[in-house]
Amino acid sequence: MYVIVVGAGKVGYYLTRQLLAEGHEVTLIERDSARVGRLKSEFGDAIVVGDGCEVRVMHDVGMGRADCVAAVTGHDEDNLVVCQMAKRHFLVPRQVARVNNPKNEGLFHLLGINETVSSTAIIYNLIEQEVETGEALFFSALKRGNIVIVAVELTEDSPAAGKTVQQISLPGECVLAAVIHEDHIMLPGGATRLRAGDTVVGVATPGDQMALRAALVGPAQPPASRQSAAGG
Amino acid sequence: MRVVILGCGRVGSTLAALLARAGHEVAVVDRDQSAFDKAIQRLGSDFSIETVVGVGIDEDALRQAGIENADAFVGVTSGDNTNIVAAQIARHRFHVPKVFARVYDPIRAEAYRDADIETICTTAIVTGIFQDLLLGHPLRHCTEYMELIRENPDKFGKDS
Repeated sequence: MYVIVVGAGKVGYYLTRQLLAEGHEVTLIERDSARVGRLKSEFGDAIVVGDGCEVRVMHDVGMGRADCVAAVTGHDEDNLVVCQMAKRHFLVPRQVARVNNPKNEGLFHLLGINETVSSTAIIYNLIEQEVETGEALFFSALKRGNIVIVAVELTEDSPAAGKTVQQISLPGECVLAAVIHEDHIMLPGGATRLRAGDTVVGVATPGDQMALRAALVGPAQPPASRQSAAGG
Repeated sequence: MRVVILGCGRVGSTLAALLARAGHEVAVVDRDQSAFDKAIQRLGSDFSIETVVGVGIDEDALRQAGIENADAFVGVTSGDNTNIVAAQIARHRFHVPKVFARVYDPIRAEAYRDADIETICTTAIVTGIFQDLLLGHPLRHCTEYMELIRENPDKFGKDS
């Protein structure tokens, strides 16, 4: 596979190294000639100086025969334009873009670039999951992150255990979508009683997801205090 | 007409002042407050215009500048890609009827023209004017200079 990588920051550097190690043909384009000079001994002809947004540069590195372009600079507008030019002008089949500001992820999709990687969003989600291990599981983000699905398992200590749905005060923007009781899936109504061991699946806005969890299983605790609680 | 201008350099600030004087509603967005201070120094009271400090590809900054009710958007920062992306946001996210972006790189200008935004390539226009002046040719309409990119892509940067 021939891959063109634009931007020789940390992401571009390690990505290029990995792709080369796996036997792919790679060209790494970097604007800063001093940086290229430092990487030349390692990458040889696989690294070139140039503005990856310039058609002349794209043409010289053979963008027309590339199987994939990866735009991984630190600037979202540059990554977007590289991908759009590769797609529209050079008909490159795959374009992968790094999204620096997670807020821009929807923008890339709106403008036709569907394969995006946002390291900020990935790390954020990992941290979220780490903090809420066990009791609450961040399932999935819908509508470009504006809606989240949350699944929690009730324990004896959960505030919602033993109550009917009616008796729980849920935050404004959330819906209980399903209750899983001993492998049976139930559509919860106001009279549905929640019991310890039930898994409750809810849909909420990101702003209300913590409140939804709190209403079902109590406030989230950081992992450290949970560990000591388990130890004691 | 309500116009949102991105980039408060010489072109952005002068255009804003001219439109405002003609009675239009104008807001200018720039990432740098000092760009507005310089515009006031240059244009004095002619530059009494709504300003927003913000990055052009940030939808919130554009919203603050009233892009939701805008009739036109003009991207004239020094960055081609910023202008291109902001203009696409104006068109596809906010459905602004008239959308223009200045793009210095002739090939990039050509690639985006007609596709979804209108690009103005000042490089092609200004070099064309100088060439005609130097060679004693009559001056042409500015769109004709931009047509030259399509006819002679290799003179403006190699094409596929």
